[in-house]
Amino acid sequence: MTLIKEIDFGTPIRVSDKAVTLTIDGQSVTVPAGTSVMAAAMSLGTKIPKLCATDSLEPFGSCRLCLVEIEGRHGTPASCTTPAEDGMVVRTQSENLASLRKGVMELYISDHPLDCLTCSANGDCELQDMAGAVGLREVRYGYEGENHVFAKGKEGLANENWLGKDASNPYFTYDPTKCIVCNRCVRACEEVQGTFALTITGRGFASRVAAGPTDFLGSECVSCGACVQACPTATLMENSAIQMGQPEHSKVTTCAYCGVGCSFKAEMQGDRVVRMVPYKAGAANEGHSCVKGRFAWGYATHKDRITKPMIRGKITDPWREVSWEEAIGHAASEFRRIQDHYGRESVGAITSSRCTNEEVFLIQKLVRAAFGNNNVDTCARVCHSPTGYGLKTTLGTSAGTQDFKSVAKADVILIIGANPTDGHPVFASRMKKRLRQGAKLIVADPRRIDIVRTPHVAADYHLQLKPGTNVALTNAIAHVVVTEGLIDEDYVRERCDLADFELWARFIAQEQNSPEATEQFTGVPAADLRAAARLYATGGNGAIYYGLGVTEHSQGSTMVMAMANLAMATGNIGREGVGINPLRGQNNVQGACDMGSFPHEMTGYRHVSDDATRQIFETIWGVALDDEPGLRIPNMLDEAVGGTFKALYVQGEDIAQSDPNTQHVTAGLSAMECVVVQDLFLNETAKYAHIFLPGSSFLEKDGTFTNAERRINRVRQVMAPLSGKAEWQVTADFAKALGYEMDYSHPSEIMDEIARLTPSFSGVSYEKLDALGSVQWPCNEAAPEGTPLMHVDRFVRGKGRFMITEFVPTQERTGARFPLILTTGRILSQYNVGAQTRRTANSAWHDEDVLEIHPFDAENRGVKTGDLVSLASRSGDISLRAEVSERMQPGVVYTTFHHAETGANVITTDYSDWATNCPEYKVTAVEVRRTNYYSQWQERNREEDVSLRLIAGRDAGRLPDAAE
Amino acid sequence: MTEIVHADAEKREKLAHMAGQIADFFKAYPDEQAAPAIADHINQFWSRRMRADFIAAFEAAPEALPPLLRAALPALRRAPAE
Repeated sequence: MTLIKEIDFGTPIRVSDKAVTLTIDGQSVTVPAGTSVMAAAMSLGTKIPKLCATDSLEPFGSCRLCLVEIEGRHGTPASCTTPAEDGMVVRTQSENLASLRKGVMELYISDHPLDCLTCSANGDCELQDMAGAVGLREVRYGYEGENHVFAKGKEGLANENWLGKDASNPYFTYDPTKCIVCNRCVRACEEVQGTFALTITGRGFASRVAAGPTDFLGSECVSCGACVQACPTATLMENSAIQMGQPEHSKVTTCAYCGVGCSFKAEMQGDRVVRMVPYKAGAANEGHSCVKGRFAWGYATHKDRITKPMIRGKITDPWREVSWEEAIGHAASEFRRIQDHYGRESVGAITSSRCTNEEVFLIQKLVRAAFGNNNVDTCARVCHSPTGYGLKTTLGTSAGTQDFKSVAKADVILIIGANPTDGHPVFASRMKKRLRQGAKLIVADPRRIDIVRTPHVAADYHLQLKPGTNVALTNAIAHVVVTEGLIDEDYVRERCDLADFELWARFIAQEQNSPEATEQFTGVPAADLRAAARLYATGGNGAIYYGLGVTEHSQGSTMVMAMANLAMATGNIGREGVGINPLRGQNNVQGACDMGSFPHEMTGYRHVSDDATRQIFETIWGVALDDEPGLRIPNMLDEAVGGTFKALYVQGEDIAQSDPNTQHVTAGLSAMECVVVQDLFLNETAKYAHIFLPGSSFLEKDGTFTNAERRINRVRQVMAPLSGKAEWQVTADFAKALGYEMDYSHPSEIMDEIARLTPSFSGVSYEKLDALGSVQWPCNEAAPEGTPLMHVDRFVRGKGRFMITEFVPTQERTGARFPLILTTGRILSQYNVGAQTRRTANSAWHDEDVLEIHPFDAENRGVKTGDLVSLASRSGDISLRAEVSERMQPGVVYTTFHHAETGANVITTDYSDWATNCPEYKVTAVEVRRTNYYSQWQERNREEDVSLRLIAGRDAGRLPDAAE
Repeated sequence: MTEIVHADAEKREKLAHMAGQIADFFKAYPDEQAAPAIADHINQFWSRRMRADFIAAFEAAPEALPPLLRAALPALRRAPAE
């Protein structure tokens, strides 16, 4: 195994229809027009010395090391800023150039410490490499003059040019003494990340990199790591590399956080991770990252990891560590006993959107083939199940229409109910780049999220609607499109079902859907809405991006269809730069859905009642399958409370924290006779479990994740499973103990089976993924290299289908007792239930859930920032700290659900989407008042954190749970 | 015993609520399309027991249901018990 070194072309390779041919050092080379001489040379393998250039950034031309000679031109132009031209004759080496470069390097090194042997960049320093490349042998100026290197001068006086290290960020250190002011970090923050947190202060010799007027942690910095990656010296360096030294080998793998699915190089020493570095050839992220994927991987080896199987009789008993054989044997005998006693349908499983496609596939196979029912669901139930239903109904396929790259061609971006800079930061950086280039932005969100106004980006319209009125808003936009004659008639006539269209157009044109009529519900001024609608319909390529603010409503599925209607009516589906794109929450939530995790669907979204589909599975699996849809998660819990559902296998999910109405969830779990939890940690759900099977982190497994753009990416094992058993192996063993044989020797064989069973995956194999890096499904005979854009010439379902989407207000209502609306969401530094991120230094940014409240509502209640407040709904009450914030609108409060002890979901209700039962997290009627004590639920939960997590024989049974 | 009665009432209320939401979506369609669409949706997404419980709860007294659900009731698939 070797360390993967990516080629740095120095400047971006341009995309152009026109090619130019030039000669470099006597060799001819053809490159796209606009490519620099430096990148042209590198494409021949000729490395022109450089310091301030790297191909993730636009050329800058400051270091003057990359000078070249060009025939017919005066002087020595910088090759990074000089575009290649037809017929150009370039020399990269000459006596003159060598002497100029040596002179430049001599000046750099005269103000740089010579501690190379003990420097953290030793072995990975571009400055050192360049000194070697130009043959620098002496520094005639000495080191004693004015400098940034030494804290004190020769006389013992303080050096006023000197700056100490900034170690405020938990993951990397800024050492100004090593800085050559090449601006790469500042440019990376601007061009790649789009945060503009870094700058150069001072002028001339006094120029210094600075995170504004403060330190890194206190600044706007989002800790994405782009500056660290861009730094050619040890000035910005990962703390893990400072501590451990340079990695010796690496593997390309896929991040286990959000649905962007970034590719990373896991850079290793043996089986220890030194750092995770974003991989340039990863098509989802193209070399960029966020604080979670880049830095927050320490949870994988956190001391809270449970690595031995455990069982107990009652949930109040202490856990007892047992062998794998005993744990699996016990689980199998319990499931058999329960099925014999309560019936075949009394058991089920929940698959994890954080696990690989292969692992998820095996769980649903376990349920269908070994349990003999279809009671399998996945956490997409509580996030994007309406996306599946809505897009399948209208367009014919349960997934987003575009690849991420497509946003670079969008002219008008419409973000609805998504907060990309927090939830999908790496994609948000792409989006912000396009917005800085001039694309228009419409944001529909109850909160003033960051992208509404961020450096060099400002929304043209922020439609600050009231929570729960999405459908009214989108219908009003469509009403403007229809009544003002903005329909793309040719597109609709050619591609959509006209009978459905006419029905819809008549409905949408009704006065009740006009901006003026809906304003009373949405609170959005009709004039703004009309203007935004015209912009979307006529501004060129219109692209919709949406998140859980769309789906997690009682009309979630209606809203997805309303957006699809709008996109079809304006001809905005089926080419680059347009589309309707769910930003999916968890790393493999798309994959978990594709893999047949829903109780009504086999892999590839084929209904269980379809005889032909079932027959294919029955042939390959050798067992008869049930043709009845199984239970969805909320139905399982309802039936558990009702006494007919008795055993549940939970793979890598934490429903006791993440699912709504916590007390109903825990009542359901408590009513079951056997709960099996497979996870890295003793999570909240495990408090109610009888059998714990240790899981493995993404670093410990081979497999695939599928991201929000349908991209299947490889996950590669870099360390052995800490529990001694791969997760898929555990599932196979469990099935075997139940009398159903699953015979695989490697996850690649599971993927081969998926490909045999699933038409949209038939061309997928590990061999192909290794060769191509990744593919986007459908990947089959018709599209052997996958499908970046869907619905190009026709919709997957044939004719696009307009659906009537009448606004039906939620039954959750505000009133005198509960006058405010609570909406929940997440934050950049934490992820979902926080089981991973809370066990990292990310808590430096967000160590507790707080309640954001508008100054008006706060003042009415005498609430100030930092006050403990009680938050109560019809479901329950909790206490947390308030943060007064103008991001909110009056009447709406917001919190996150990352911290288990806060219990945000104690507040949320049982209301759910009409089509899919996706819970209505985004609308809960609440009241807020000052308090000085924690709620009863929180006090009891704190006790149970200890009493329901005892492990026999461990430190008086106390489990270290540092993250809590 | 009272507990079971209570649980049954709760279940009945919940299923009726869910069915009512489905009917609320399709009510924008002409009745002759709406009723079959409601039945089809329930047949596709509800488990056999949920359907059986719903039918058992309302078959004898369909007037408790809104008209569209009443119209959809006969088209619900009656799967044989396990």
